[in-house]
Amino acid sequence: MPDTTTQAKIEVRSFSATFGGKPVLRNIDLDVLPCERLAIIGPASSGKTTFLRCLNRLNDLCFGFARSGSILLDGKDIYSPDMDVADLRRRVGMVYAVPVPLPWSIHDNLAYGLKLAGIRDRATIDERIESALRSMVLWDEVKDRLKDPARNLSGGQQQRMCLARVLVLQPEVLILDEPCSGLDPICTAKIEDALAELKQRHSIVLVTNNTKQAARSSDRTAFFLSGELVETGPTSQVFTTPVDKRTNDYLVGAFG
Amino acid sequence: MRVSPFLSQRIVVVILWALAAITVGVLLYIIAYILIHGLPHLSLSFLTLSPEYMGRRGGVFPMVVGTLLVTGLAVLIAAPIGVATAIYLTEYTREGKMTAVIRFGADCLAGVPSIIFGLFGFVFFAITLGMGMSVISGALTLTLMVLPTIIRTSEEAIRTVPHSYREVSYGLGSTRWQMVTNVVLRSALPGICTGVVLSIGRSISETAAVMLTAGSALRLPHSLFDSSRTLALHFYILSREGISMPNAYATASVLIISILALNLVAYWLMHRFAVKVR
Repeated sequence: MPDTTTQAKIEVRSFSATFGGKPVLRNIDLDVLPCERLAIIGPASSGKTTFLRCLNRLNDLCFGFARSGSILLDGKDIYSPDMDVADLRRRVGMVYAVPVPLPWSIHDNLAYGLKLAGIRDRATIDERIESALRSMVLWDEVKDRLKDPARNLSGGQQQRMCLARVLVLQPEVLILDEPCSGLDPICTAKIEDALAELKQRHSIVLVTNNTKQAARSSDRTAFFLSGELVETGPTSQVFTTPVDKRTNDYLVGAFG
Repeated sequence: MRVSPFLSQRIVVVILWALAAITVGVLLYIIAYILIHGLPHLSLSFLTLSPEYMGRRGGVFPMVVGTLLVTGLAVLIAAPIGVATAIYLTEYTREGKMTAVIRFGADCLAGVPSIIFGLFGFVFFAITLGMGMSVISGALTLTLMVLPTIIRTSEEAIRTVPHSYREVSYGLGSTRWQMVTNVVLRSALPGICTGVVLSIGRSISETAAVMLTAGSALRLPHSLFDSSRTLALHFYILSREGISMPNAYATASVLIISILALNLVAYWLMHRFAVKVR
């Protein structure tokens, strides 16, 4: 439901998506506010990831994808023809479920996005890399081996590096697709702590299969089911007094 | 009759081992045979002198130059075209009729006997385009011949680059071309090099197609439009016409050693590259 007090960062309006004619998202209306963590929960194949990948237009690359409705970023339709898609993806940074370090050094992984953005100044690059790594509490662990292959990092370090790789671009919105699904509780806690810190400056959309994670580290929660947005509200309210019976059934573990 | 699993395991191991040994054995035998007959006649002057009396005496310097020119030019032209085709097939188009036609064409091209390429090169490059029997005619003919190898090996190499790399690159704000050059080609380079090295080997050892297009002149080519003889062809002519078997073997030794060296350097470079990247 639209918030009237603050201008939403992202406004999704009557958005539907299909893959090869098969509906995946049905008529979604959802806002992402500035400096909030919005968790998206729901059972498998409920359209959570598809929704996330629409926010940075990554689904455009998939064969058979079609959509209707609009998604506004700061009031501007991201699907309008004059939108610079590369620039959009810099503003809406995405992290995937599985950490994907490119087969280069840690430094090159982090510098790649800056290079694409046309930033050549070494001092700026190094400074941005350091601050991104610091906000992921990774700087002290890797500062002496930035030239090492990123693949040598542990899984948790890799995922934090992938987050840092997006943060160097200073995105306005972070979209995270189950970023902790393959990580142990300690790594998960590190990332959740970092997200709590990051929401000071970024809007965060977090897709998660872990309802406890949503309860812990989000301000609002949206529940997706079969491509529909069933319910959205402050996390505490959704988890304690859900309006819709289906939300309640999912949260108590009746299905999913 | 039932054979016990233990026995059948032993039998299979012996058979597989023997077959592998035959493969390596034949290769080693050929190399040894040629080197034994050729090395005694090989010297520095053999590489730096021009042939005399049709190759009975003197060296193979013009053939070394001819081989380098024809092969180098062929691969220099074929590699960019082949890699570009592979990029188009994998990154810039969707599987469909068009890609099927291109792939089928490349496969057919790979199956054409080299003498047919020679004939085509002779008729098209040498006569129709008026290039005559020349280094450039030979190089262009070899270009067509090695193109399918380069396309298919590059395509395979590009396909092994994980799809997730591409999504990461897009996610960080790259255009398709930036993604291709920074991520895909960088990761696929070792595989692409393998294809290029294979084609260099094939060009160096080609005889029939070169004979009909580059000709068999003994003198040093002074321009790309001069006729020139490659090492492989020189070997063929020396032995076929019974001019000088010792020099034929010496020429063959030069060929084998250079191909061996080429492969070693290529492997070394690839290994170094792979270590650096991973």
